[in-house]
Amino acid sequence: MDLLMPVVNFGAIMPELILSVVAMVLLLVNVFLKTEQKAYLGYLSLLGIGYSLYVVMTAWGTPQTGFSGSVLQDNFALFFKGIFLVGAALTVLIADQYVRREECNYGELYPLILFATVGMMLMASGTDLMTIFLGLEVLSVSLYVLAGFNRKNLKSNEAGLKYFLLGAFSTGFLLYGMALTFGATGTTRIAEIAKVAAASSAVVQNPLFLVGMLLMAVGFSFKIAAAPFHMWTPDVYEGAPTPITAFMSAGPKAAGFAAFIRVLMVALPTLKADWTDLLWILAVLTMTIGNLIALNQDNIKRMLAYSSIAHAGYALVGFTAGNSIGTAGILFYMLTYTFMNIGAFAIIILVGKKGEPNNNVSDYAGFGFKHPVLALVMTIFLFSLAGIPPMAGFMGKFYLFSGAVKAGYVWLAIIGVLNSAASVYYYLRVMVFMYMKDPTEQFDWVKMTVPVFITLIICVVGVLGAGIWPAYLLGLAQNAMPF
Amino acid sequence: MDSIFFYIVAATAVISGILVVGCKNPINSALSLIMTFFSLATLYVMLDAPFMAAIQVIVYAGAIMVLIVFVIMLLNIRIESGKRYMHTRVMGAILGAVVLIETLYVIMRPASQNLTGGKGPVDAAMVLNVGHTELIGRALFTDYLLPFEITSILLLVAIVGAVLLAKRKV
Repeated sequence: MDLLMPVVNFGAIMPELILSVVAMVLLLVNVFLKTEQKAYLGYLSLLGIGYSLYVVMTAWGTPQTGFSGSVLQDNFALFFKGIFLVGAALTVLIADQYVRREECNYGELYPLILFATVGMMLMASGTDLMTIFLGLEVLSVSLYVLAGFNRKNLKSNEAGLKYFLLGAFSTGFLLYGMALTFGATGTTRIAEIAKVAAASSAVVQNPLFLVGMLLMAVGFSFKIAAAPFHMWTPDVYEGAPTPITAFMSAGPKAAGFAAFIRVLMVALPTLKADWTDLLWILAVLTMTIGNLIALNQDNIKRMLAYSSIAHAGYALVGFTAGNSIGTAGILFYMLTYTFMNIGAFAIIILVGKKGEPNNNVSDYAGFGFKHPVLALVMTIFLFSLAGIPPMAGFMGKFYLFSGAVKAGYVWLAIIGVLNSAASVYYYLRVMVFMYMKDPTEQFDWVKMTVPVFITLIICVVGVLGAGIWPAYLLGLAQNAMPF
Repeated sequence: MDSIFFYIVAATAVISGILVVGCKNPINSALSLIMTFFSLATLYVMLDAPFMAAIQVIVYAGAIMVLIVFVIMLLNIRIESGKRYMHTRVMGAILGAVVLIETLYVIMRPASQNLTGGKGPVDAAMVLNVGHTELIGRALFTDYLLPFEITSILLLVAIVGAVLLAKRKV
């Protein structure tokens, strides 16, 4: 028989390759380090992330396909890869101080973060349902472990277990949807799926195809924590170690959107009428449920968990619009959300004590007088989350909602704006405690390490920069939308 | 003949699948799961996929089930009384019935009658000519090389995670 050679193009997966190699090297180096030396692994992983980010930037504008169509590294994938790498770098920066304090300084933290990032990047560039699924699995398995990372803490154990069980359940939905889509079209390449569906109306009318789309939507909705598939979010966000919560709310959510957008827009444009209705309902439910329950939360990590559900809803508004400004708005929003959310979680890490007994909003009473600069930084992040100009959050919401208005979904935009107004209440509540209440107990002097300081500077610059000069980033995002 | 056989095997798979979640004794659940796996293997044979059937029996019904039964016996899991989750079971039954009715409605629509899915490049004659194992090998190392390689990363992550979470002292 003749020798078959696979079509290989390592250029298309270069950023993933770099991170995987670095992560494996870290696993080996980890064996030789003492507990107090684990921070070196963090610096090494930052080097890897930096190199990977450099590759991503140089690859901008030159789409590459590889592995006979399994991956396509276009601007869309590159933009998302940039988001994931920024999120991973910021997480690594804030992790060290936390794991030292909580005495869970295991070296596996850094390789797992890198592997999770590899999974996310594969989801963003995958053009085959198998690649997307396996990328999602690499991401999920890493996250299950990371959520339960503080293994001596019961809440962390609960978070890991809960996320694992529900995640496995939702993976079943996703995989079943992919299998039915494969059954209806006979291919797993998403470009081919679109071709087969466009060529014959029998395929489009086939119930398998429609049910496959629905089940895949359920699977992705779980990943982006859209209501009614959001139940896991508060418990997991509250129980997981705080840096990991920051990581989960930024990167994996964006990765879910990347895969969701690519599958729906590239593979299933023939069902656009069906999935637009679906997204409309999902967006309204997600925004409303997230914001309503967030109003009532005392624990600040839980509050931010529900707020992250609401933010997924805002992004879904742009997705429903489906036009250039709405979808580019999602990319813009996911990047700026990374800055503001990880920044807010960095402050939570600084304020927290060992075992995190003081994660309630009321524990922030008097914070503004004791630490005026940190409180100001927190205020910037909270204003941005609430969507108040000139922070980045405002511009992000502006693009998403104006996309919806342009596409004719005026009611959706109105519901979004109303939700956004309601959300101001719970963000401002933290500020009221910080600036207008007397401290109930004495604050410990906040110990800030250099990496956390750098994180805060990057996040503030990101939030303000993207808020005041949004045109550059939006231009990149629009450039990244091929569909 | 084929379709009668299909219905028998499919019914066995579904019934033993229900028994997996319905049995009170975990060992009975595990044994029902073996039954499900064997029914699935039979379905693979009927779909001209003998290699898949063999793998299903060797890996799932063989290796993995031995592991599951072994763990159940090692941990000596108590038999659940079955009262604790009654209210969720009612909710689950209602939701399950709704989904079932929806699915049946979609499938029974006149528009959905006699519809077949799209076909890939591989058909029964090709499987007979070239051989099932060779076809899988070709697909795995050419078209699906990247997913195949990602699997290795996935397994590595799973091993690292299992060791990290379960080891007595890290």
